Amino acid sequence: MTRFLAAKIGESLLAIWGVVTIVFFVSRVLGDPAVLLLPVGAGQQDIDSLRAALGLDRPILEQYFWSLLSMLKGDFGMSFQHQRPAMEVVLERMPATAMLAATALVFGTLIGATAGAVAALRRGTISEFIVMIAALLGQATPVFWLGIMLILVFSVDLGWFPTGGSGTWAHLVLPGLTLAVFVSASIARLLRSSLLDIMREDYVRTARAKGLMPRTVFFWHIARNALIPVVTMIGIIAGELLGGSVVIETVFAWPGVGRIIMQAIQNQDFPVIQAGVALVAAIFIVINLVVDLLYGVLDPRIRRR
Amino acid sequence: MKSFFLALLKSRAGLFGFVLVLVFVLAALLAPYLGLPVPTRSNLVARMVAPTWTGAFSPGAHPLGTDELGRDILSRIVHGSRVTLAIAAAAVVLGGIVGTLLGIVAGYYRGMVDRVLMRIVDIQLALPLMLLALLVIAALGPSTTNLIIVLSLTSWLRYARIIRGQVLALREREFILSAHAIGAGTWRIMIKHLLPNVMTPALVIATLELARIIIMDAALSFLGLGVQPPNPSWGRMLADGRVYISTAWWIVTFPGIAILLTVLSVNLLGDWLRDYFDPKLRTMR
Repeated sequence: MTRFLAAKIGESLLAIWGVVTIVFFVSRVLGDPAVLLLPVGAGQQDIDSLRAALGLDRPILEQYFWSLLSMLKGDFGMSFQHQRPAMEVVLERMPATAMLAATALVFGTLIGATAGAVAALRRGTISEFIVMIAALLGQATPVFWLGIMLILVFSVDLGWFPTGGSGTWAHLVLPGLTLAVFVSASIARLLRSSLLDIMREDYVRTARAKGLMPRTVFFWHIARNALIPVVTMIGIIAGELLGGSVVIETVFAWPGVGRIIMQAIQNQDFPVIQAGVALVAAIFIVINLVVDLLYGVLDPRIRRR
Repeated sequence: MKSFFLALLKSRAGLFGFVLVLVFVLAALLAPYLGLPVPTRSNLVARMVAPTWTGAFSPGAHPLGTDELGRDILSRIVHGSRVTLAIAAAAVVLGGIVGTLLGIVAGYYRGMVDRVLMRIVDIQLALPLMLLALLVIAALGPSTTNLIIVLSLTSWLRYARIIRGQVLALREREFILSAHAIGAGTWRIMIKHLLPNVMTPALVIATLELARIIIMDAALSFLGLGVQPPNPSWGRMLADGRVYISTAWWIVTFPGIAILLTVLSVNLLGDWLRDYFDPKLRTMR
């Protein structure tokens, strides 16, 4: 188990290094920070002296080394727009994004797992048909459009929930529901097919044959194994929720990390773009680490490999 | 080939997806000859006209109504599908070729090449695809070419991973060993013997990737980072129509339904292709 743990943590560190490297080299394409920092029309002499002050005249690999070091310390430079450290600006928005993603993940998983289990256990009935149609539609619907449609029905027509913003639980309902639909559709389809696969296994027949209660067989022999692919899926979904936060937070004017990254792109506020992307990637890497470890707990074969 | 179509006819979901995809592709190809109004021509007299069938007053025939500049929505959706489908198809082909070839190379050579390639895949997967796309578009600027590059960049790794796994199994089979024995070169084995055998999984992944890429393309153009106006694009139509949500619901509703139906039909077709050719791919995402 210790070796498994060490290998997984090593992989995560490598991934963080990779992401920071991607961010550094893409940001060098984005433009010359010295030109961006100075007011429009600044002379070449001013640009050169600022470049020297910022160390931008050093060889690129030396710059890479130093910025790698400062990025690992969480220093992404000052936000052009907010005049504060970029990481600070991004970190402030993290709780809002985390709350939205967690709400969607919890409710989406509960709904999706229930629906998927019903579909698998009631094979060939109308309930399975309804669940499958709903899941197919849920997977094909672009989340941002679903969000707009929910606003149209529940805010514009019925006036039950606010169209956007944050503050009260009522603000959380529509964006949370939008993302939960997306989450539950993927989980329902996956859990159904993995349950159906496992129910065909010999050891399940053996467990039934030796006279165990159906409930015991379901929870101890079937559900436990069928959950393994679902755990992997939750890791993938977490990434899509974090990346998709840019879109959904734009639709609902939700003050999270996605929205601040989008604003930073519009204002060419590169330190904030870099800090935002790096932070989200780091969180995603940690989530995947947890998923991998959980996987090892659920399936002992993996950690012994 | 005959048994393929017979099986397709038997599967209701697969057939539904196939027919719908065919209809959408034909509509996109034939868009200029369908007698639709010019998608970019605005008509300020007929601004935000409700769809004809709602019974509201409507000058001229606009089956799905007009937008805030009086442009026909049906025509914009059909013409928008040309752009979306062309971009998505180009990205799928580009990502598919790169990913499949790298997958074959990794699986065939194994060792160092394989380890490095799979590490790159892992590192790239650590960055949510949407953020990677945003970062690259912010750096390169929004344009059709950049969009295709970014979308295929989010796609190649799925092919690379799955094809590599297939090649790892294939390279131990007798026909590869015998090709070795008669002295076939590395390239000959990879192109003549391995490639044809991974075409089926590559095709299945391509279909499922097409659906994902269409949604991602719509999301990027919704954020204003996709195809630039005046070219109609589905995501952009949604973004522009959102402002008028309380007065003209049809502007934001129909482009979304177009995306939904396209993605749904491609997904149904892809699921069916996967189940027909190789059900084992189901667990490999």
